[in-house]
Amino acid sequence: MQFFFEVLIGGLLAGVMYALVAIGFVLIYKASGVFNFAQGAMVLFAALTFVSLLERGFPFAWAFFATLASMVALALLIEKVVLRPLVNRPPIILFMATLGLSYLIEGLAQFLWGAQVHGLDLGIADEPLEIRGMLLSQFDLFAAATAAGLVLALSLLFNKTRIGLSLRAVADDPLASMAVGIRLPRIWALVWAVAGFVGLVAGLLWGARLGVQFSLSLVVLKALPVLIIGGFSSIGGAIVGGLIIGAAEKIAEIYLGPIIGSGIENWVPYVLALVFLLVRPAGLFGERAIERV
Amino acid sequence: MRAPTDSVLLRLDDISLSFKGIKAITSISFDVKAGDICGLIGPNGAGKSSLLNVINGVYHPQSGSIRYAGRTRRRMRAHQAAEGGIARTFQNIALFKGMSVLDNVLTGRNLKRRSSWVEQMLRVGRAPREDDAHRLHAEQIIAFLQIHPWRHVLVGTLPYGLQKRVELARALASEPTLLLLDEPMAGMNAQEKAQMSQFIRDINHAFGTTVVLIEHDIGVVMGLCDHVVVLDYGRKIGDGTPAQVRANPAVIAAYLGT
Repeated sequence: MQFFFEVLIGGLLAGVMYALVAIGFVLIYKASGVFNFAQGAMVLFAALTFVSLLERGFPFAWAFFATLASMVALALLIEKVVLRPLVNRPPIILFMATLGLSYLIEGLAQFLWGAQVHGLDLGIADEPLEIRGMLLSQFDLFAAATAAGLVLALSLLFNKTRIGLSLRAVADDPLASMAVGIRLPRIWALVWAVAGFVGLVAGLLWGARLGVQFSLSLVVLKALPVLIIGGFSSIGGAIVGGLIIGAAEKIAEIYLGPIIGSGIENWVPYVLALVFLLVRPAGLFGERAIERV
Repeated sequence: MRAPTDSVLLRLDDISLSFKGIKAITSISFDVKAGDICGLIGPNGAGKSSLLNVINGVYHPQSGSIRYAGRTRRRMRAHQAAEGGIARTFQNIALFKGMSVLDNVLTGRNLKRRSSWVEQMLRVGRAPREDDAHRLHAEQIIAFLQIHPWRHVLVGTLPYGLQKRVELARALASEPTLLLLDEPMAGMNAQEKAQMSQFIRDINHAFGTTVVLIEHDIGVVMGLCDHVVVLDYGRKIGDGTPAQVRANPAVIAAYLGT
């Protein structure tokens, strides 16, 4: 039983890492109804910029804030060059734009900083910690705490403030939100900047785990099942979805693996997502679209 | 050119608007006096909705100027219009369909929130009292327009007539000086039209709100408006009191028929 809990908690902590990536998607989806394909590229861009600055001798805090500033600049640029000309177009157009954007950002990141693999040490010992006889990764606990803080701040920002209400309004009907005096460009720039910040946090934690390299932009693929289960429009959903995926894949690997062959943790999340699509297409916390025809 | 007087809230001066060479509005000028209900009428495609879009900054005219509340602008921006007290409803209802009636109305109060987002996040400082005041104001407007039974219902699920009223409530929530209504009674039956007319009259009386509205039902317009402007093919062909417009030969020929 103890072993089961160890696996479960290990899985949940890994799930938090998936949720971190998923939150970036949720933010932009909430503000524009668009699945931002470029989120993975933003994670890569952030991590690569940070680690390159670190290697060029910048102190940790300096590198962090310089990277954050570059993410905000990127967000402002995206708003001005890509989003503003596409106001009031159908979501699929914006989706295609983010698809192109992802290649652009990936290319830009590698053009600026090269394509080598960098190691990233955040200064957190990755030694297992023994709690009540269970071995838990110290790094995972740190990641979980970071994610928890991030989620708390974001949900307060988006549920309690004027910005939050504006955000939901913009996602729902851009024209109507213009009429009530919401400045679309500001809201979009803000959301992309916050998504960039979340991408930076995710990039640092994932970069420390996997090394900073091109494949970092593929963590997007892990976020997909998380989003399908949790719902595209809920930050809480992204967390719960992440936890479910993390726990399910580890438990399946340990207990089902020996029966049907190991290595199943790579595809269990997608099977789970498929089941959810059949049973509950809007996800656990997603808003069911109400449309009158 | 008459000199602008204080009682003129909105003055359109020689406004022209075209889309890729197609003229939607050709040198239109008229005044709207503060406290009036002004009706814009004209056949479909006459440029009425475009004119509203010019007034609240969705479209920018190629020439002409807009004088609103004592300030003359070449072009109005949407957020400037909203901050200056211009609110509007749309012909095809532009509500936030995924939000409740109450939240929709609260978006109309959004510009009035003065507390910072940090205060709002933590519910400290100015935020709690301010939030309560806005909530109260929103509830009052909801009661005024008699949509309180549905205030927690998602707007997308409401019938058309009620959605029209929710949109009016949202516009009203911003305490507008100038209210632009694009066909507020389209698709309504006689009884609903009478009710909506009464709401508009009440708003005008109770809050002193100046109203510019587009409406096709001539009976409603003549009964409701102090001032009627008639457009045809993007040009102004009539301007005056309902009685004057009714007697105007150009209007009769173009629009009212014989």
